[in-house]
Amino acid sequence: MKLRGLTLDGHKSRPLKGLIRPVPPPAMLVLALDQGAGEAAAPVVRPGDAVRVGSPIAAGAGAATALHSPVSGIVREIAEHPAPRGAGRCIVIDNDGRDEPAVPAAPVDWRAMDGKALLGLVAEAGIAGLGGAAFPTATKLALARAAGVELLLLNGAECEPWICCDDALMRERAPDIVLGAQVMLAATGAQRCVIAIEDDKPEAIAAVESAVRATDDARFEVRVLPALFPLGAEAPLVAAVTGREVPHDGWPPQVGAVCQNVATAATVARLVRDGRPAMSRIVTVTGSGVNEPANVEARIGTPVAALVDACGGYAATNVRHIAGGSLTGRMLAGDEVPVTKGLNCVLLATAADLPLRAPEVPCIRCGDCADVCPAGLLPQQLHVAARAGDSAGLARFGLGACIECGCCDYVCPSSIPLTARFRAARAREHLAEVERHRALEAKARYERHQRRLAEQAEAERQAFDAARRRAGGADPGGG
Amino acid sequence: MNASAILAAIGTVAALAAVLGGILGWVATRLRSDPDALVERIDALLPQTQCAQCRYPGCRPYAEAIARGEADIDRCPPGGEATVRALAALLDREPRPVDPHYGTTRAPRVALIDEDRCIGCALCLPACPVDAIVGAPRLMHTVIAAHCTGCELCLAPCPVDCIAMVEPAATSPGRAVA
Repeated sequence: MKLRGLTLDGHKSRPLKGLIRPVPPPAMLVLALDQGAGEAAAPVVRPGDAVRVGSPIAAGAGAATALHSPVSGIVREIAEHPAPRGAGRCIVIDNDGRDEPAVPAAPVDWRAMDGKALLGLVAEAGIAGLGGAAFPTATKLALARAAGVELLLLNGAECEPWICCDDALMRERAPDIVLGAQVMLAATGAQRCVIAIEDDKPEAIAAVESAVRATDDARFEVRVLPALFPLGAEAPLVAAVTGREVPHDGWPPQVGAVCQNVATAATVARLVRDGRPAMSRIVTVTGSGVNEPANVEARIGTPVAALVDACGGYAATNVRHIAGGSLTGRMLAGDEVPVTKGLNCVLLATAADLPLRAPEVPCIRCGDCADVCPAGLLPQQLHVAARAGDSAGLARFGLGACIECGCCDYVCPSSIPLTARFRAARAREHLAEVERHRALEAKARYERHQRRLAEQAEAERQAFDAARRRAGGADPGGG
Repeated sequence: MNASAILAAIGTVAALAAVLGGILGWVATRLRSDPDALVERIDALLPQTQCAQCRYPGCRPYAEAIARGEADIDRCPPGGEATVRALAALLDREPRPVDPHYGTTRAPRVALIDEDRCIGCALCLPACPVDAIVGAPRLMHTVIAAHCTGCELCLAPCPVDCIAMVEPAATSPGRAVA
């Protein structure tokens, strides 16, 4: 099948000059209950509680993973704070700097565990998809296991400009990725593992290939893909590797594959090697707005300002803070926003990095957007439907299949912010759906209420009749 | 032209009229438009607040009144312009603004009982059209916010005015809809 997308300038070389830098743990950490998946975890600590490194502080629920304290110290408060996905409830921990572990580091004997037990281990460790979606890894693996997938697809494509945290990880910690993948293979029951990497990362490909050779595991294969945005998105990647297209309303296990990010695999490796839950991640700090662009390893909850300090501070005064890359990234409220499991890149963009868009002009129906759309949609038609608020039209043109990659925006000669419109339309449709659901529920409750009132009235009437008959028997004359 | 030709023409047309009339009459009785189906379709477009601002005791009775041609489509303040437009499209009528006589459209709110002031009189329980209030005589009551439609019908029966209409809490914590 044809691979659709854009060949873009990656802007990845500057952060990859040096090694991954550790960020010193800050005095105060802010752990968002919603780490990026759209649902909030349930706190299991109260303000004033003492925590140690690895203590559980929030339990997973739905699309939210469990959270663990990345430092030792005291819980200061559970309150609303700015976070990468907008303000939300966060657990704030004062770091005492002693880094006392809750339990001593010890390897897990994962080879002796069955799939179910491994999934439980991964769930308890709060491991989330580090590619950006932060969906619970254990849930995804469990669904894949239930579907009986054959292929574990490790995503090292990293196709979006500016982001290179996975590249750095593959160069420096390839053996971890392979170990984590072996655990995931055992957990899902998949028979083989493909590690997909784009061809603009020769060092990473070499490192991963040598790690695979070193383990001498015949189930592994390294697949080199062309550097094309957005090939690293789940559905396009599965299609590129397996040749099987994921249905628009479906997901990869339907075609026998489950996708995991390489960084997620490395986190699983750390879990089985040291027994450490997910408490840190690698973040790319880049852009012309920072002195020394680099990939840094930061504990979850570290404010972005500490990442910038670890990279030599700001190089410009007027920078935009963007979470993610230049195409799908979102604007951050500022540098007090903390690192979450879903934050892969902080782009400190100056006007030179991301020129402002030209003013929007009307659509000329050139069709360029349809040529690049990796989901095979017609963005120009979706745009018309979105402007008209036409729910039926949005559904007919497949709004649900849009992966919000931003390719259509990039090529649009009229500078129409298509992806933003689609995102807003999606939010509106979702709210309307919630409203419809509420109305249906209210209707059912109203009908039950009416029925109950009618039954009560009927029962009262019968009781009244019976009483009158009894009274009538005693006094037949009546009035 | 003779009389027989005229008679034949009259006879043919009369026979045609009789046959077609018969078919039409039969079709009209067999395929009568179901008034209940129309009521259902109207009801599905109403917001199901059950607030009775339309002067009917709920959304379904209002839908029935619209179907009978007794009430106009501009009586639903909670539904606002969107509901009027949807009704107008369904019934092939001109949309018009909601009649301010029946109330004004505003952001949805939910009832909140001030639990310190509630005396447990239970008068609000039957007033709630969707049974969203939990309570029993001489026990404190509370509103299940997720079920409350914001109809305000519980406000009037409360003898101590302990029910307030408040902004609903965000339905899904976490993701802000920008």
